[in-house]
Amino acid sequence: MNYTDEFRDPVAARGVLAAIARVVDEIGATKEKPLHIMEICGGHTHAIFRYGLDKLTPPGLEFIHGPGCPVCVLPMSRIDECVDIAERPGVIMTTFGDAMRVPGRRKSMMQAKADGADIRMVYSPLDALELARRHPDKEVVFFGLGFETTTPSTALTILQAHADQQTNFSIFCNHITVPPPIKALLDDPFMVLDGFVGPGHVSMVIGIRPYDFIARDYRKPIVVAGFEPLDLLQSVLMVMEQIRDGRAEVENQYSRVVPDDGNPVSIAACHEVYQPRPTFEWRGLGEIDASGLRIRDKYAAFDAEVKFGIGYGTGPRFTGEQDGCRCGDVMTGRIKPHACPQFGKGCTPEMPLGALMVSSEGACAAYHQYGGFQLEVAE
Amino acid sequence: MCLGIPGRIVEIADAARKLAIVEVMGVRRQVNVACIMKDEPLESLIGTWSLIHVGFAMSRIDEREAALTLDVLRQLGEAQEEIEAMRATERMMMGAVQ
Repeated sequence: MNYTDEFRDPVAARGVLAAIARVVDEIGATKEKPLHIMEICGGHTHAIFRYGLDKLTPPGLEFIHGPGCPVCVLPMSRIDECVDIAERPGVIMTTFGDAMRVPGRRKSMMQAKADGADIRMVYSPLDALELARRHPDKEVVFFGLGFETTTPSTALTILQAHADQQTNFSIFCNHITVPPPIKALLDDPFMVLDGFVGPGHVSMVIGIRPYDFIARDYRKPIVVAGFEPLDLLQSVLMVMEQIRDGRAEVENQYSRVVPDDGNPVSIAACHEVYQPRPTFEWRGLGEIDASGLRIRDKYAAFDAEVKFGIGYGTGPRFTGEQDGCRCGDVMTGRIKPHACPQFGKGCTPEMPLGALMVSSEGACAAYHQYGGFQLEVAE
Repeated sequence: MCLGIPGRIVEIADAARKLAIVEVMGVRRQVNVACIMKDEPLESLIGTWSLIHVGFAMSRIDEREAALTLDVLRQLGEAQEEIEAMRATERMMMGAVQ
């Protein structure tokens, strides 16, 4: 199958692919000595596999799959704490569906629900707030999860709950931010990264300036990209051209959706409601400074950590993985998904052992779904 | 979850709470429009396309961009997941009324 036939504009796609091949040649990158480009966002990882972009681009270019999949980097201890809250009497736990199957040390939310906890999947935190209105005798907790794209939604929901004086609603906050782990990866001597493709919808909220440090301090290019396959290819080409020309800049390929300064209403709401935690744990990456958000004291009435006495880092923490699971090594690019002994055996999308197999944005799930394993073996 | 889905605003539901009704692939759903409001009456949003993330309109887009994005989301299987999440939530809320 020729992947480009599926593109909206196959002619344009072939043109960009030819340009990428030319620039890779000009740089002198080869299969033996490839350029490493990290696509930060899990949505981009999914699109790369779905459209076979890793197969269409020359061997001198290797995609490294970044940490931008919120359920993939969620530490097991936070699932344990969430299940702990959900199993208390009088609690309705609400969550996005993505988080239901993430394994905890004791059980996933799916298992907790099967065991009798009142856990409900919702599409939006607004639905959780509505449930609180309809169940004044219950405490409705929303499992707040995600990067800057979803952070404003819980911030605005808290502001609405505050305005409504809703007393039986709280958020178990696990929101995280993109720039700190990128800095951590750039500081990791093991990681060799030549450039980045940045998540478009994160920048729709925060703009592109929070990435200035990547170009200024680390002299690496980053291009904020859309999700259409042609967007991704154009962004990769822009990164390559920067490398060839010896430039390191923050560029915006997705300007039709992403204003350079982001969305002021979202930024203001997040600043009003959240403050950075000193550190937050990322599955596979460990504790990263100022990478997680907590709810400000002003809104403590809506903070499930305060309401249930589960502060971050106060309980015993288990930072390992399930037996044989190597999500951490995949996350940091030390091994490819199929090199994990559990891949496709003890760990499948239906019965995930590790978080990277749970979400369609996880590298292991993408490998499993689109046969990256067979393709590489066949090569 | 992070990719969101394009929807068209068809009705204002609760001006005080900045809530509107959007239509996403034929499914109607209430969303918060605070992030795309400008200094103009809320009604002027009717007919506007926006990227909808977990019940919040996050960025105005034009119709062409909406169609392009929907195509990609369908091919990734994400559009179907979003719609199913909306429908499942509605069913759950209907149950919660009783």
